[in-house]
Amino acid sequence: MNQQPGTSGLIFNEPLLWDKSRDGRCAMSLPKSDVEREPLDENLTGDSPNLPQLSELDVVRHYTRLSQWNFGVDSGMYPLGSCTMKYNPKTNEVQAARQGFASAHPLSGDEFSQGALKLMYNLEQYLAEITGFEAVTLQPAAGAHGELAGMLMIHAYFAKNGKQRSKILIPDTAHGTNPASAALCGYESINIKSGKNGILEPSVVEAIMDEDTAGIMLTNPNTLGLFETDIKEIALIVHSKGGLVYGDGANMNAIMGIVKPGDIGIDVLHLNLHKTFSTPHGGGGPGSGPVAVGKTLEPFLPIPRIVKELDTYKLVTDFPDTMGRIHTFYGHFGIMVRAYAYILSMGAKGLTDASKLAVLNANYVKESLKGTLNLPYDLPCMHECVFNDEFQKEYHITTMDMAKRLLDFGFHPPTVYFPLVVDGAFMVEPTETESKEDIDQFIDAVKAIAREAAEDPEKLRKAPLLTKVTRLDEVAAARKPCLRG
Amino acid sequence: MKEINDLILPDDVKYTKSHEWAKISGDIVTIGLNDYAQDQLGEIVFVELPEAGDTFSKGDEFGSVESVKAVSEIYIPISGEIVEINEDLEDAPELVNESCYDNGWLIKVKPEDVSELNDLMDKDEYLDMLKG
Repeated sequence: MNQQPGTSGLIFNEPLLWDKSRDGRCAMSLPKSDVEREPLDENLTGDSPNLPQLSELDVVRHYTRLSQWNFGVDSGMYPLGSCTMKYNPKTNEVQAARQGFASAHPLSGDEFSQGALKLMYNLEQYLAEITGFEAVTLQPAAGAHGELAGMLMIHAYFAKNGKQRSKILIPDTAHGTNPASAALCGYESINIKSGKNGILEPSVVEAIMDEDTAGIMLTNPNTLGLFETDIKEIALIVHSKGGLVYGDGANMNAIMGIVKPGDIGIDVLHLNLHKTFSTPHGGGGPGSGPVAVGKTLEPFLPIPRIVKELDTYKLVTDFPDTMGRIHTFYGHFGIMVRAYAYILSMGAKGLTDASKLAVLNANYVKESLKGTLNLPYDLPCMHECVFNDEFQKEYHITTMDMAKRLLDFGFHPPTVYFPLVVDGAFMVEPTETESKEDIDQFIDAVKAIAREAAEDPEKLRKAPLLTKVTRLDEVAAARKPCLRG
Repeated sequence: MKEINDLILPDDVKYTKSHEWAKISGDIVTIGLNDYAQDQLGEIVFVELPEAGDTFSKGDEFGSVESVKAVSEIYIPISGEIVEINEDLEDAPELVNESCYDNGWLIKVKPEDVSELNDLMDKDEYLDMLKG
């Protein structure tokens, strides 16, 4: 086996800044004042804030040490299924930091924001082209927010047509946020089961779809990493009863440049720029969840919308059927710049290749590990594959034990216990940006862990062993949470 | 996790397909999670129960249990009115793991129709179901 990246290197302990503080220490010198001192009115003053007093080196070491406790795509493979933790090229950051973009202010008006508006307009056009839809809004702040915007548009559509509907169909292979988004619009979500091979069957939809059902929310590729092959037929069934099809495009990384969701019967789709279009995530945001719509829903898009007239761009709010506003100003602009930079640097062929390689890498992992871990749905997968711990049950080793042990080998663990349709799911999404050598290292690590499960299960139950903190007591944390520092 | 043969399954309670148990005493039925359920769930960290006075129909979801692994719904095996809930579980949800048939009971129900209990499984039938 090749040398694995995990090791117990020099990782430093680091106290809180307040514990390091010593009176009189200071990391900066203020320039000499060139005005006379004038004491503030007592009414305007209070106790000074309790700030730590530190030297420059104290501060540098503090944050350097904290950064060494961190793990990100820049430090190692991060095969977190359903999250598309691809590498984010540094050029995206360079473009977003350009002064014209970084200093743009939403209150400076259309006249002084032409560059920013042009970028947003073009990005909308590119995303419409990639997804096969008429129009796009960039406003939603993340995927679930995009879902909510999409569902509010569906809700506005039925209200406009004079008869609101009460239900929405959601398969068990859809993303977990889908029922929540539907519920916020007042729809009751009706859970429907996928077929034996993990694919939704049209007959199941046909049996339950009626004229009180607003439509269906489905994720394609679904959360098992499988392509919903009967999507066109399902869309026909839903449309024949006057319903609409919501597509969760969070897994778009599998099909960019290959399938246009707008061409296969989907009426509205959200994208996650922070997944598919390579903007940073995993640290709490900000994300970006644009929504693309076909002709049916275009009048209901949130305002303001960007309109191009001759060579100028302006924000327009005069759309009488709009669902309203979904975000202050116009969404997370810095993320849009990064996604735009990504699309331009990749080009159409590059984006298509990215999806092809994402699918190839996932299938390579699936084929390489299928004798090592149980594979409940043994079909060609899309951008991710889902195993479980069935083979390890005889040693009383769980998915959680194996995921924790992967930390010792230097990998971020895959997504565990999701999707719910697979008991003990172990969901791997390598993405297109990992090399074959890195993927092989991951595969070797999982195989080594499976051997340990049989030979030294006790070691796995204690893992991770090399990390700064070892196995956390999640039970105590949940039963007796400490909610204050 | 336990092997099927290691499960504690008392003879004097009835079992549901969704792994609850029910036991009648006088005109009150006590309901809890069985040993298989608590073992599969792992360490339970929170139990959500209805309030006394609420009524349910057989098969309704009446609460949920949360473990480190998952949140699971719990279903009532008999129609009726809740007369008492196990308030100790609020501070000590681990009682469901430690003593699922005794201190870890969930609710007490005044049944509408006691004969509904006859639809539940006895120990042998339940074991057969687990073995599939």
